[in-house]
Amino acid sequence: MSALFENRDLVVPGDVLYEGRIRTGDNTFRFEGKVCANRIGLVNYTQNMVSVIALEAGFNPLSGDLVIGDIIEIELGRWLVDIDTPEDAQLNVPDAIDSPFRSDIVMPDILDVGDTIVAKIVDMDRRGTPILSILGRSLGKIEEGFMMRLTPSKIPRLIGKKGSMVNMILKETGCSIIIGQNGRVLINGKTREQEMQAVSVIEKIDKEAHISGLTNRVQEYLKTIKEENR
Amino acid sequence: MSKSKRSRKKKFERYDGREATELRPITIESGVLPNADGSAYIEMGLNKIVVGVFGPREMHPKRLAKPNMATVRCRYHMAPFSVDPRRSPAPSRRDNEISMVMRYALEPAIFVERYPRSAIDVYAEIIQADGGTRTACINAATVALVDAGIPMRDLVASCAAGKMDDNLILDLGDYEDKEGQADIPVAYMPKLNKITLLQMDGMVSKDEFESCVNMAIDGCNQIYEIQREALKKKYGLDEQPQEEN
Amino acid sequence: MSGIGIVSRLKRKKISEVIATGKRMDGRSLTDHREIMVKTSFLEKSEGSAEVHLGKTRVIVGVKVGTGTPFEDTPDKGVLICNAEFTPIAHPTFEPGPPPEKAIELARVVDRGLRSAEILELEKLCLIPGKVVLMVFVDLYVINYDGNLIDCSAIGALAALKNAKYPVYKVKDGEVEKTDKLNDLVVKREPLAVTMVKIDNNLIVDPSADEEEVMDARITITLDKDDNVCTVQKTGSEGFTVEELKKVINIASEKAAEYRKHL
Repeated sequence: MSALFENRDLVVPGDVLYEGRIRTGDNTFRFEGKVCANRIGLVNYTQNMVSVIALEAGFNPLSGDLVIGDIIEIELGRWLVDIDTPEDAQLNVPDAIDSPFRSDIVMPDILDVGDTIVAKIVDMDRRGTPILSILGRSLGKIEEGFMMRLTPSKIPRLIGKKGSMVNMILKETGCSIIIGQNGRVLINGKTREQEMQAVSVIEKIDKEAHISGLTNRVQEYLKTIKEENR
Repeated sequence: MSKSKRSRKKKFERYDGREATELRPITIESGVLPNADGSAYIEMGLNKIVVGVFGPREMHPKRLAKPNMATVRCRYHMAPFSVDPRRSPAPSRRDNEISMVMRYALEPAIFVERYPRSAIDVYAEIIQADGGTRTACINAATVALVDAGIPMRDLVASCAAGKMDDNLILDLGDYEDKEGQADIPVAYMPKLNKITLLQMDGMVSKDEFESCVNMAIDGCNQIYEIQREALKKKYGLDEQPQEEN
Repeated sequence: MSGIGIVSRLKRKKISEVIATGKRMDGRSLTDHREIMVKTSFLEKSEGSAEVHLGKTRVIVGVKVGTGTPFEDTPDKGVLICNAEFTPIAHPTFEPGPPPEKAIELARVVDRGLRSAEILELEKLCLIPGKVVLMVFVDLYVINYDGNLIDCSAIGALAALKNAKYPVYKVKDGEVEKTDKLNDLVVKREPLAVTMVKIDNNLIVDPSADEEEVMDARITITLDKDDNVCTVQKTGSEGFTVEELKKVINIASEKAAEYRKHL
């Protein structure tokens, strides 16, 4: 029974991470008594589990996730929403206006094709299609700001422990930032300057999320770009 | 590195001076295209190929989607200026066959069951061709798939072995493809020790065939190391000490 | 990404707001172009080649020179043909298949720019009048799309042609023979295209994909190195006033000179 790599080594699909019995975590699979990586990432050994922190991965939708999406189609009684999943998500009328569907409801008046929403995944149907809801505080149609995209696997780093990273960015740039688990981030600042500062910090996090010491580097970076703008 | 043992005849020389079991120079770069979910660029000899991967994503038309797994769609396409003389950009029957062959080579390595009803699209664009383009495409496509974050069982490495002037050779260039006696492209998953693609063109004895397949697998193992380095390089981690295989 | 052809309202609104301040989403001024990279003669099997990056837009141009039969109405002139391919790797919404309308427009606009400027002296490319002439193919291969394919492709076409070398053909006893010698392709007037879009009555140079998505109209002016206008192409649902057109031509002239520095 042994670990075949050092903790936080970079591994690629097919690499044998562990031989013997151990719990398997994210981005691994079991094969002939061995645990292997199925994505490129950093291997993570804990006392009783081996997993891989993926450097590249698509968004894996889970119930409870906060996501940002665009309305792409209107069907009878529901909207289809693009949230960068293999299948488009669905938002049913009762999950948008807290009352059952009536035939006199004009759906485009509530949400039209091209609108952007912040929503929560409330369910995954039998086929794995995400079901959304915009009932709830701070959910709903977005009227201001613009969207950025990151690799979904970097989102936890952007949020930080208990929101520490994103709060630091909020404080230093004065922008409002909404983070979707699907790798989409909505930014709205009072000045264009502030917004561009937020963009450049988030781009840095996307690029360097896997290199340790990120928090300090980001702190330094925020200081530098604010001084440059003086 | 086996040289011809026939000391009475002229020593066997390949068109570019390589040893019989020597690969052409290969470089691979991952994550080269801003808009693709995953991408890679490969130079293998004079071959220059860029591969873009999109997916898993919605499959259109929906009625062709498979209920239990993703559909892997590969497309091998040559730029008009990739060969001499210029060729039409319209797909030929050979292009269609190679597109299919790419899928056979790559699909066994992909966890397609994870993404029912969706599509994984692999597009190979041949910017310049110089023999062994299908093997070069598979090498780059593997890196592009990993770059896209698509879960895989193993990497897929590929190269061809063959026969020229009665000598068994590895990694045929364009001249050897055209003038040689046999061309045997192989794709291989190194960790799982499984061949996912095997084709043959020409004539060899049974022993020669076996030797060629072994030679090709040896070449694939070398290429596997290059693919790994290419993937690591994107994160600035390619100087890490080599772990035991 | 399945939102094909759907303009995000939020995007439209934000771009308008930012343009009203005289800047664009990436911090450029309304008349700044993006960073340009030009690489030439890197394809060993092509007579000419160029790769151009204009911001994130990337086009590879291949020039192939061969022999063929001339057109009936110009029996003693060589032939120049432009073709464009939108490869599916360039954007998630590009599908494999024959060139779509926009690809054909791209090829024709670049072609007209080259032809109107008489970039090649086609009479000098004749080998046997009425029978065998040189055929020059310029293939525009779009590798990544982030707006303004026309300017990017025009720079690439000019760069590839300028650096092209083709085999000398000898005519012997009514037959054409290829020799081992190489000629430089002679290129005249050096046309370049400059594209602008109109958003909320502002003229914006070198549009990104997002800006093209929300534009009201678009115009391309091709100029040669002596500042002569060779081609004009206007698309989009809104119009340009005569005053605006004068501004357009002046801006185009400035920008073409800036593009030229990279060749």
